[in-house]
Amino acid sequence: MMNGAQYLLRFLERKGVDLVFGYPGGKVIPLYDVLAGSKLRHVLARHEQGAVHAAEGYAEASGKPGVCFATSGPGATNLVTGIADAHQDSVPLFLVTGQVGLGDLGRDAFQEADITGIATPVTKNTYLIQESRQMPDVLEEAWQVMTTGRPGPVLVDIPSDIFVGQSDFPEPGTRILTRKIPMKHRLMKNLPTIVDRINQAKRPLILAGGGVVISGVRNELLQLMEKMNIPAANTLKGKGACPETHPLSLGMAGMHGRAAANLAMKNCDLLLAVGARFSDRVTGNPKKFLPDAFVVHVDLDIAELGKNIPADIGVAGDARTFLNTLLNRPELKRNPETDAWIQQIQQWEAEFPDDGGGDYEGVKSQAVIREAARQAGPTAVVVTDVGQHQMFVAQHYPLDAPRDFITSGGLGTMGFGLPAAAGAAFGRPGENVLLFVGDGGFQMTVQELAVLREHDLPVKIFLMNNGVLGMVYQWQALFYKENYSQTVFGHNPDFVKLAEAYDIPAFRLDQPDQIAPVIRRALDQAGPALIDCRIDPRELVLPMVPAGGTLEDMMGRWRGETHISRISGE
Amino acid sequence: MRHTLAVLVENSPGVLSHVAGLFARRGYNIESLVVGETEDRTISRITLVVEGDERVLEQVSKQLNKQVDVIKVNDITEDETVDRQLLLIRVSADQSNRQEILQIVEIFRCRIVDIGRRSLIVEATGDEAKIEAVIKSLRPFGIQELVCTGKVAMVRGSK
Repeated sequence: MMNGAQYLLRFLERKGVDLVFGYPGGKVIPLYDVLAGSKLRHVLARHEQGAVHAAEGYAEASGKPGVCFATSGPGATNLVTGIADAHQDSVPLFLVTGQVGLGDLGRDAFQEADITGIATPVTKNTYLIQESRQMPDVLEEAWQVMTTGRPGPVLVDIPSDIFVGQSDFPEPGTRILTRKIPMKHRLMKNLPTIVDRINQAKRPLILAGGGVVISGVRNELLQLMEKMNIPAANTLKGKGACPETHPLSLGMAGMHGRAAANLAMKNCDLLLAVGARFSDRVTGNPKKFLPDAFVVHVDLDIAELGKNIPADIGVAGDARTFLNTLLNRPELKRNPETDAWIQQIQQWEAEFPDDGGGDYEGVKSQAVIREAARQAGPTAVVVTDVGQHQMFVAQHYPLDAPRDFITSGGLGTMGFGLPAAAGAAFGRPGENVLLFVGDGGFQMTVQELAVLREHDLPVKIFLMNNGVLGMVYQWQALFYKENYSQTVFGHNPDFVKLAEAYDIPAFRLDQPDQIAPVIRRALDQAGPALIDCRIDPRELVLPMVPAGGTLEDMMGRWRGETHISRISGE
Repeated sequence: MRHTLAVLVENSPGVLSHVAGLFARRGYNIESLVVGETEDRTISRITLVVEGDERVLEQVSKQLNKQVDVIKVNDITEDETVDRQLLLIRVSADQSNRQEILQIVEIFRCRIVDIGRRSLIVEATGDEAKIEAVIKSLRPFGIQELVCTGKVAMVRGSK
């Protein structure tokens, strides 16, 4: 006999969980009461949103599911942003919320919220446990659902009396979820056509998405690229999917993609999209996207095929099986005509280099990021928040390995960065974690600085501080006649003092010639450190494809000019 | 175009809101919806009639298939089906027209299931066309109250 709370912890131990993020409250006291007797380590966040983002960062950095506890009502609703974030970015999260007692359900009891109802559209599934004997089956099923196929969040809501109720928990039944386990590959049927198309393509291109990172098929992807001479662009979540320092890697495509990557997308005659879902941030105007290309779309989630962009061939399956099957086809032959294509791309690279920043004195984001990359090297774990700095990092910090780039891609959650960096540090002990965050997003979850200090996490915070909400400010500058409505902070704290109040060493960076030494000093700290980088609010993320534009329709400061002009990919 | 979907789901709490929610989120209007147990009591069948864009419907079907508690989604629009709806209709009736109403009931093979002093309740089952015809024929007498179920449907032919 044991109680429900003990059973839950046993279950998690059996699943190999050793770390949980969470925040206690009235209805989970029984759960926290037995925590000390388990093998689980618990990280106390300072807000439930911090806990859930930390669980996401942990999951993305480690490749293991993130586990998060919260209490009923406000505890549970505070998780929702993180759950939605994990759902869009396919992050496996196992969320356990306390709920009011069974007898109080539906009576608007103190701290009652219908969290299973609230979370349904942003989870793979939710469960409300109503009897102790359901626990084994429900937990087992929830775990399977989370990890099977395209990963994502699941939520189990447990009323307080289930936590305390003693029971002989039966062995979990073998409820068969196989019918939900990914659908048969339509690969074999289409494989000859795919091989044929690849062999014949003169201007082939791979688009690597987050699915490549999740499947861990960096090497297979690289093999295909090298064997067939196919360059690869990546989505934001696909950053690190193929080593960005490789000559065939073009970096990010899309709204703020690199010029050569976007021009390659626009001009390719074959696009092999692997584990990418053609978000609007990648495609621009979907009707004018990929005018000439034959599209092969590979995704584990069949619902992604044809959702945003019609594919000529859709393959429902995981990237690993697809790439391995493809690579084993002896008739795969490198097309010599691809050499001209690679030359063309190199020409674009030379003609449209990355934007180094506007014409002003002072510290530039691009320079800070490049110097951080130079000093920390391509093996650090890089975490971002959301906004201009996120795009700058995607453009200017080359990464070599999957799971080294952690960012809120789909949902674009400001406030994600700091807690996610804490979680990433737990997921990758001993490695440096570099967090890039704006002064807006930083202030949304700044309370989690306490977690960095408490656990002495080696998170180096690059606070890209321009006193404005940079990305919105940029849109206002470009498309709203410089009407900077509510994007300029009237007051910001002294972030150096703020960090010091948490006993975190902090440095101010406001001179361009101090970039290298200040970064060195921060990286030399054993634990956390913060650099308050004073950057110019007028800076723009370029290139930029205006919303609804086509990928060749890029605004940028081309050919060393200081004014912004548009280019065309012809 | 109008579509009829037969969705087999697990007979568990919340499943209906999962299914309805997927349509609602995409601005897809559900014209009618019937839920009931099947020959296997652990499985329910939801019959949905929806109208809208093909591409959206395909997307909704795929999303439905991903739901843990959804077992199978069939679009039976193009299939030969037996469709039935159940109609209850309270018609104003007095001595002068009761006979006429009874004739209509006879013709459509409906049934009188209640008689009041000034009204009758008529029960009709049939496909959409028949239900519409019954309503149209009874309308001149004065319809006091009307309730109709959504459509249930089964594909014809031996399995």
